[in-house]
Amino acid sequence: MNDATDNRDPIIRFDKVVKRFGDHVVLDELDFEVQRGEKVTIIGPSGSGKSTVLRILMTLEEINGGVVYVGGEPLWHQRKGESLEPAGEQHLRQMRSHLGMVFQQFNLFPHMTVLRNLTEAPVQVLGVSKAEAKQRGMELLEMVGLTDQASKYPHQLSGGQQQRVGIARALAMRPKIMLFDEPTSALDPELVGEVLNVIRTLADEHDLTMLLVTHEMHFARQVSDRICFFDKGRIKEQGKPEEIFTAPKEERTKAFLKAVLDPDD
Amino acid sequence: MEWTSYLAPLSQGAWVTVQLTVYSTILGALCAFLFGLGKLSHNPLVKGISVAYIEIFRGTSLLVQLFWIYFALPIMGQAIGLDLRFPPVVAGVVALALNIGAYGAEVVRGAVQAVPKEQYEAATALNFTGRKRLWRITLPQAIPEMMPTFGNLAVQNLKDTALVSLISLGDMAFRAEQIRNFTQDSVTVYTLVLFMYFGMALVLTACMKLLERYVGRWRAAGR
Ligand SMILES: Nc1ncnc2c1ncn2[C@@H]1O[C@H](COP(=O)(O)OP(=O)(O)O)[C@@H](O)[C@H]1O
Ligand SMILES: [Mg+2]
Repeated sequence: MNDATDNRDPIIRFDKVVKRFGDHVVLDELDFEVQRGEKVTIIGPSGSGKSTVLRILMTLEEINGGVVYVGGEPLWHQRKGESLEPAGEQHLRQMRSHLGMVFQQFNLFPHMTVLRNLTEAPVQVLGVSKAEAKQRGMELLEMVGLTDQASKYPHQLSGGQQQRVGIARALAMRPKIMLFDEPTSALDPELVGEVLNVIRTLADEHDLTMLLVTHEMHFARQVSDRICFFDKGRIKEQGKPEEIFTAPKEERTKAFLKAVLDPDD
Repeated sequence: MEWTSYLAPLSQGAWVTVQLTVYSTILGALCAFLFGLGKLSHNPLVKGISVAYIEIFRGTSLLVQLFWIYFALPIMGQAIGLDLRFPPVVAGVVALALNIGAYGAEVVRGAVQAVPKEQYEAATALNFTGRKRLWRITLPQAIPEMMPTFGNLAVQNLKDTALVSLISLGDMAFRAEQIRNFTQDSVTVYTLVLFMYFGMALVLTACMKLLERYVGRWRAAGR
């Protein structure tokens, strides 16, 4: 963990970002910052726009208003003189290279072996040599504890193993920012731990910026520098994990935390 | 005349049928991919041409298409100073390919669209270009889905080759007609031909199954 909030250097900045699906306003002039190297967890009820924030950053979802900055550069716009105009594919590809994403449903490529899942994008997109990509792929598999599964296909792996491959696949592109969208929500309870352990290792990396959406509150508390509570497309409350989990100020936060922490009440 | 004496001319015809089937199926598959992907294009011209091709060739009979290419096209070519006279083999292969390609294009389009959008998103997140996403992620998953229908279309195509005897191509149906005219022995000739077509269909189906297993081999891993 690090405390990057003092020397402010936002690697991610949402400036009055609006996102609509039809008439339904999902993000309503959202302002949101993440500092370089910061580990931020977004919590909040289903439908509050958590995934939308990550998907906008991964350029999977366009915005309808405002500006998103990544590393100081507008993500969905490109500068033209003084003004901003909608970004072209080339700009988006340039910006995407800073980000990696881990999906709730893993989304591994089913027609490729585990190792190939890790080497395909480095070879095809970054132009890394096959030998180099394989070596790096095996290192990543070692990190996630799956070297013995390298030549298997995704459907031969457990959910927990698949998600560890999903994390390694994103890391293979050497992103500065890692986005995790409920990485353990699709897993059987006994497989959650192995995935969280991998994420925990990443959280120790000083330079890596992490944005995590999860319902694993104890884990969030351990690894996060900051917790953001989302409600109806806005940040209702945010702060250090101790503050949010032990002394939430907002009624909505209290009610949400009570519901997830003691679901049986 | 002994029925065995029919076998030599029929085998000659069978060889022509095999060639027609193989060439037109391969060319048809190319058309299917070209226009099936074209129909998914964001370019309105490419999309429009693809939709027009698919609708026209699915909406008209193969016989008319064949006659149009073989008889009408050369005359139209003459009018604009082009030599569009094709040998019967070329006209036959092209007509069969365009016809089967139109049906195949819909299969390609459907299979490509059936690849989960999550795969597309994962590929985008890894920064694949549109083209590499298509070739490396989408098509390898879509092609195994196409194969069962492609197998049916190939057999359909084999059966359709009989129509090209009508532009005097010496295929199996053409030879059978010749022998029947000469001997009046309809029962023997057509029974033989029936079984020969059936045998070819069996072999073709087996080949397509092998191909299906090959392109989808990752699905069977460890099962
Ligand atoms: N593709 C879409 N089309 C229409 N509505 C969508 C789409 N994606 C998300 N939404 C809506 O946007 C809201 C926020 O969704 P999401 O960001 O997925 O929420 P969360 O991840 O917090 O559960 C929800 O009300 C959801 O129904
Ligand atoms: Mg979500």
